[in-house]
Amino acid sequence: MTEPADLRSIVVEREMPHPPEKVWRALTQSALIEEWLMKNDFQPTVGHKFTLRADPVPHWNGVTDCEVLVLEPPRRLSYRWNASGAEAAGGVKTIVTWTLTPTKSGVLVRMEHSGFRPEHEANYRGAGYGWQRFVDGLERVVATLD
Amino acid sequence: MSKTHSHWVINFLMQTAPDTIFKTLADPTRRAIFERLSRDGELTVRALTDQAGVSQPAVSKHLGVLKFAGLVRNRRAGRQTHYSIEPQGLAPLIDWMGLYGAFWRDRFDRLETLLSRMDQ
Repeated sequence: MTEPADLRSIVVEREMPHPPEKVWRALTQSALIEEWLMKNDFQPTVGHKFTLRADPVPHWNGVTDCEVLVLEPPRRLSYRWNASGAEAAGGVKTIVTWTLTPTKSGVLVRMEHSGFRPEHEANYRGAGYGWQRFVDGLERVVATLD
Repeated sequence: MSKTHSHWVINFLMQTAPDTIFKTLADPTRRAIFERLSRDGELTVRALTDQAGVSQPAVSKHLGVLKFAGLVRNRRAGRQTHYSIEPQGLAPLIDWMGLYGAFWRDRFDRLETLLSRMDQ
């Protein structure tokens, strides 16, 4: 996939020993999404607008505005991932795309979070993730780092 | 903010912070004031002094240094000056792409935990 040079993306890939259909359910059923990502009002319909809600922290209301862009069960899911509310104007306007590829022992789960602009790194106040948000979760997250 | 969180943040800053910000937070009293504002939101100089273990002029001086480094901001209301964290203060220091990457790896872990609990 090609992108303008000034946009950056994050890719996380992991092979999981589960059928693609099962992973698809975890990615597209609201109650299951809440268990691993955030509270949400996701519906599996292209064009459906939904929000992801984390606990509010100082300088961030905890809300991410999303919209389903692509829904091809059980292979491909894509949604907008935008800063919300007062932060929307200067905040991130990004896209999260999930791709499931069957393998011999399960499925390769690939997540690409694309559309970061370099200026967001210097001016990240509106990014939907105030630094405190990360600080609050860092203890757990750091444990996953090499 | 637990001690572990704080320690991690400080370690992170030591690795990445430009000189000014690093030197600003290297002072334990100043760091404690900064962490208190991170945790509790906006506070007056008096409220900060009550727990800082140093005099009000000393607290004011520390706050001035923090403000110079772009880490806090203030507003006057009557006779009181209120201080709060400058949300963009640490932004130049943080590898946001790296942190978002860490966020997603953490969520992948949770997803796998969920999948292992689900029926086929």
